Amino acid sequence: MNNNEIAVSLRNITKTFVGTVLANNNVNLDIKKGEILSLLGENGSGKTTLMNMLSGIYHPDAGQIIINGKEVTINSPRDAFALGIGMVHQHFKLIDIFNATENIVLGLDGKLNLADAEKKIKAICDKYGFEINTNKKIYDMSVSEKQTVEIVKVLFRGAEILILDEPTAVLTPQETEHLFQVMRNMKEDGKSIVIITHKLNEIQSISDRVAVLRQGEFIGDMKTSDSTIKEMTDMMVGHAVSLNIDRPEPVDPQPRIKVENLTVLDEEGVVKLDNVSFTANRGEILGIAGISGCGQKELLRAIAGLEIVKEGKITYIHRDGRTEELLGMSPREISELGVKLSFVPEDRLGMGLVGNMNIADNMMLRSYRKGSSRFFTDKKTPRDLAEKVVDQLQVATPNLDTPVRQLSGGNVQKVLVGREIASEPRVLLTAYAVRGLDINSSYQIYDLINQQKALGAAVIFVGEDLDVLVELCDRILVLCEGRVTGIVDGRTTDKYTLGSMMTQKGEA
Amino acid sequence: MPMKNKEPRFYISKRADADRRTAWTIRIIAIVISLIVCGIVTMICTGDNPISIFATIFKGAFGTQRKAWITLQYVAVLLIISLALTPAFKMQFWNVGGEGQVLMGGLSAAACMITLENKLPNAVVILLMIVTSLLAGAIWGVIPAIFKALWNTNETLSTLMMNYIATQLVAFFTIVWEVPKGSGKIGIINQNSNIGWLPNIGNKYLLSILVAIIVTAGMYVYLKYTKQGYEISVVGESLNTARYVGIMVEKVIVRTMILSGALCGLAGLLLVGGINHTITTTITNGQGFTAVMVSWLAKFHPIGMIFTSLLIIFMDRGASEISTAFELNQSFADILTGIILFFIIGCEFFIRYEVRFRKDSGKENA
Repeated sequence: MNNNEIAVSLRNITKTFVGTVLANNNVNLDIKKGEILSLLGENGSGKTTLMNMLSGIYHPDAGQIIINGKEVTINSPRDAFALGIGMVHQHFKLIDIFNATENIVLGLDGKLNLADAEKKIKAICDKYGFEINTNKKIYDMSVSEKQTVEIVKVLFRGAEILILDEPTAVLTPQETEHLFQVMRNMKEDGKSIVIITHKLNEIQSISDRVAVLRQGEFIGDMKTSDSTIKEMTDMMVGHAVSLNIDRPEPVDPQPRIKVENLTVLDEEGVVKLDNVSFTANRGEILGIAGISGCGQKELLRAIAGLEIVKEGKITYIHRDGRTEELLGMSPREISELGVKLSFVPEDRLGMGLVGNMNIADNMMLRSYRKGSSRFFTDKKTPRDLAEKVVDQLQVATPNLDTPVRQLSGGNVQKVLVGREIASEPRVLLTAYAVRGLDINSSYQIYDLINQQKALGAAVIFVGEDLDVLVELCDRILVLCEGRVTGIVDGRTTDKYTLGSMMTQKGEA
Repeated sequence: MPMKNKEPRFYISKRADADRRTAWTIRIIAIVISLIVCGIVTMICTGDNPISIFATIFKGAFGTQRKAWITLQYVAVLLIISLALTPAFKMQFWNVGGEGQVLMGGLSAAACMITLENKLPNAVVILLMIVTSLLAGAIWGVIPAIFKALWNTNETLSTLMMNYIATQLVAFFTIVWEVPKGSGKIGIINQNSNIGWLPNIGNKYLLSILVAIIVTAGMYVYLKYTKQGYEISVVGESLNTARYVGIMVEKVIVRTMILSGALCGLAGLLLVGGINHTITTTITNGQGFTAVMVSWLAKFHPIGMIFTSLLIIFMDRGASEISTAFELNQSFADILTGIILFFIIGCEFFIRYEVRFRKDSGKENA
């Protein structure tokens, strides 16, 4: 399948958004038939914008799109489908109360014939190795199943060129491997695939070629087999970067948070955490590994006072040995006890921050109760803090009055982490702190977490990238279906050990 | 299949962040266009000169000193109700029960005036009226809030239904207190003793206006500079964030609706004790609903509401003047108001989105 015929050719594509910088500047990019092309670039480098123009969401200000040798105009996703281009977006666009088949045929012209559609879906699934239950409602589906529906939807419309925007960000390693197998099958079938991802090892394992964008400009492309991760990173960032995550030795680790026999049920009575016990030490990073949905979220929420706990104990140990029981306390009561606990939740804009508020007002979320007046807020302190965070963490923002939802993912996370560490926390909980972030931002976040460790905080770091967990954490606790399968030393373990612990139930 | 060169003539895209000046320019243009359209429609329908029609609208609202004062008084009442709904709206609690809350405030005031006329001194009666009408409005507002906080019921339905209960209560007490018997009306309460009539400040219109000014300033400060106002914004934007930082969401909902209902009750007090000195089921004249629009049009900004409520009252008063002056019926006034609102609401689209016409797409090969 290694013919060099060009399927899509983008020529001098330029796109500007009002009030912002050039999103794409004179980009030239070819997509060959039957290849898997990775699009690499930092957050805000214009990858998604470029692909959105190919799939009809945006229209370029200037430049040409040539498909199979003919110049075309793509004004809508419908036009794109007619040209055989389909995109699977990072945020799924499915209707929850419809089942898979209904979602797949949604918006198609002609008579609605679900039985025929189902046959065709089955054929597509068999051909490429998808597993799909066509009668399952979307709201009953896992993230990976939803993604499958999205991809089949695109294939159903006859796409020859598929664009996948960060498809693996939400998948477990096993699911990712399965997706890659499917992608290889599609490639065998002569389809072209563009994959946007930040994970360099994935680029190496799946793609034929990698194209790099930086600040809206096309920097270059290379064959994946000829390039190293280091080369790709340097090209993406524009200068040489170190890819080693620091792991300083813990200084004076003493128990700080002791969790005993913690059991949490969800609203339907399903066990989310089953008899979980561990100790997190000050000056140490405790990693939490596990397939997503194995109780990580509930664990952090329970410690932060946001979860209704069935039984167990969560004890906070002061430096002088005094202890406080945190269980049953609200976040407010915990902070009133003088326990400095910070939490960087997974859902940054939906929980950690208020998207429509500016940076200063978001800083106020933690501090608004303080201040001299009982009735009035103190606006100056949060504003000073906002200035400090923007300055020290190099948050790229037009000004302090910009609503945070308008910032890019990495900058949103810097604002959130900046606020949470500003209070010099004794306990720092982080959930998927670098999800969706590019290399540069990720390393900045690791540095910040390491700083907190050096300052003597007990850090609990829930992560999904096993390579990072193994490099960053002092100890790693593995969860599987709500049970602890083990706690291992980060310096001596490897990701394969963790991987197998993640899929076996605890023997304890 | 899309053909070559079949590019659309214009694009609609979301504005990154419309600044205030652009927004107000667009709004002013919209108002001007709406007036022009109104003029054209009037000319076609009536053959009259549109300039004279606009002059009549203005005369209707501000033609004489008395008319101007009445217009301002109307603005004041509408503004107070709009401000009352605003904290609830900012919390994304859709209080469409302004009608009921105002009526209950008015009913309590009337009850004090009627039942206590000869029992207590005037000052005490007025004090009791203030307390009970605020309380009645607050109770009417807090009942749906408690339901929402405890069982997450839909507040739009419950606040709306509370309106009907209030209307029926007023209808019931109208019969109980009717003067003279059999008339089905209460008439002017305490016409001779003037017990419970709110005092005139300067002239009989100024009191409501002063109260409205105080409430506007107070609400502006409350929403923008207080801890409670900040909590309202956070709860409105994201419940998860609110819980995450330890805000007691249920408490905020209940507290805010007490405030919202009490301010509606205050409007009811002014209507009964200060302006009409009687109560009927239609005393609110639908302003509990008009206020929803006033608040939205101003984007929940208290100062902006001065202008939006003024605009709506101005058009309303002016339009009824046209109907009489040109011997058109009231429907024509409604048509004009409709046209103007269409443009004002429609222009919000152009504030949030921009339409760009495509220049020649700079075909390369230069």
